[in-house]
Amino acid sequence: MGTNNKTIREVESGVSSVISAKNLSLTFQTNDGPVHALKDVNLEINKGDFVSFIGPSGCGKTTFLRCMADLEQPTAGEITVNGVSPAEARKARAYGYVFQHAGLYPWRTIGGNIRLPLEIMGVDKAEQDKSVKEVLELVHLEGFEKKYPWQLSGGMQQRASIARALAFHADILLMDEPFGALDEIVRDHLNEQLLELWARTNKTIGFVTHSIPEAVYLSTKIVVMSPRPGRIHDVIESTLPKERPLDIRDSPEFIEISHRVRDGLRAGHEND
Amino acid sequence: MRNLVPILTVLAAIVAIWWLAVAPMNIRPALDIAERGGAVVVPEGSVERRDVSVWKLMLDNREHVAVGYDLKRPRLPTPTQVGEEFWKTTGAMVAKGRAWSKRSLIYHAWVTLQSTLWGFLLGTTVGIVGAVAIVYSRVMDRSVMPWAIISQTVPIVALAPMIIVVSNQVGIEGRGVPKAIISAYLCFFPVLVSMVKGLRSPTEQQLDLLKTYSASGLQSFLKLRLPASVPYLFTALKIGIAAALVGTIVGELPTGAISGLGARILIGDQFGTPLAIWSALICAAILAGILVTVIDIMQRVTLRKMGFVS
Repeated sequence: MGTNNKTIREVESGVSSVISAKNLSLTFQTNDGPVHALKDVNLEINKGDFVSFIGPSGCGKTTFLRCMADLEQPTAGEITVNGVSPAEARKARAYGYVFQHAGLYPWRTIGGNIRLPLEIMGVDKAEQDKSVKEVLELVHLEGFEKKYPWQLSGGMQQRASIARALAFHADILLMDEPFGALDEIVRDHLNEQLLELWARTNKTIGFVTHSIPEAVYLSTKIVVMSPRPGRIHDVIESTLPKERPLDIRDSPEFIEISHRVRDGLRAGHEND
Repeated sequence: MRNLVPILTVLAAIVAIWWLAVAPMNIRPALDIAERGGAVVVPEGSVERRDVSVWKLMLDNREHVAVGYDLKRPRLPTPTQVGEEFWKTTGAMVAKGRAWSKRSLIYHAWVTLQSTLWGFLLGTTVGIVGAVAIVYSRVMDRSVMPWAIISQTVPIVALAPMIIVVSNQVGIEGRGVPKAIISAYLCFFPVLVSMVKGLRSPTEQQLDLLKTYSASGLQSFLKLRLPASVPYLFTALKIGIAAALVGTIVGELPTGAISGLGARILIGDQFGTPLAIWSALICAAILAGILVTVIDIMQRVTLRKMGFVS
């Protein structure tokens, strides 16, 4: 993470595009005919951006994220991650991915779970120990290294899974409704922590969510999507400052952005 | 220990039913003996009694029912008789230092146990290797799985003599190997089915996660599929070891074996000594109980060590 200074400079000059999608389409062939999960999607994500994807079920927000991660193959158009194809970026371990369910291995301790990607990538033992310690501190789970997943609450498990995604120092963090299964209070808490983590690490984050306040609170850029076919309806650049205490959600600015997101979601539903 | 009370309660109930069943089961030979001893029996004559129900016989000859509990060759021996016979062929033999004599059930149980363990080892290996092949190869999934299921519909009693003949033909001496094969034949199936399920238990999301790490096939097998299948494996092993024991005993039945618990059961049948059959049965049940318990303990220890149990 010695590249932080460079990263900040690039963000400020606004030149470095990390993820770029051009006319991206993905059509699933099903028994009921083709489903257009994504149609002609264009988006640029710059280094250090926190981008939320919001929209109703079936709008393709998760599919889009999975395309970035090379977990789904687009049927048309182009997408690059760090200037190369998603497959190459995946092989270069360019991103960490966080799923809706923590999915920690029950037979591994928290430390062991975080170590998993490092073991697979062949990182040596001393380096593993250092990374585990580092990311546990980032997600405020110091002292839980030797605990098993069942000994942790749902929110703590999800934090451990974020730590696992951070462990190998990828510059991009892709998160697919990571807090969707958690209750409101835990979610607020984790949102706050995620912002803090983002500020400290300067990662580029792609974040899929159902929640308007979550999207507005976290993001520098909110991508509002609509279904059938899955497409981008609106891209909102947040005017909120980088420093965001939880009560910023009562500010007129926050409420205004929320309105715009809500309007966008409603408009996207018009053709239903 | 918490489980001991219900288990003992069930055991007591079984013994009670068994003890009560002795009266109707043995009433005819008991009345024959009483009659021969000069007692008055209603109706008179063994042939006359053939058409009378055992319940009526018991009702009309209440004073002779007790004779049925002390027959030399009972149709159904009492729990006490079986217990005595069992002790005579196990503990008493040990006390006399003859535990390994051919009249000792310990010797026969040992013969059966050896085949069971070899069969268990063979069956488990075949089951695990087969499951890995099925999970990783569509061809194997389509071709082997149906045959594995069909294999279990063939009665093992029909197959056992064939296995003995074939193994004789290819020059295998003794009965150890064919018995182990028969035992493995019963044992591999639960292991195969469970392991297929266990190796497939990781979720789509867990597999995707490994893909994002660009993990190799071997890595995802060793780090995800294999550990995830361990709880399934142990459940299968418990069924498998019991099946292996049954397989071995069946393997000893139709093959003219002279040692082993199966052979004791067959010989007891041929020589009309029900006590020998029953004590061999009890011995097999105890052996099965011990084997399953051993695997159960291994399961608990392993799963706790792996952090599975809360």
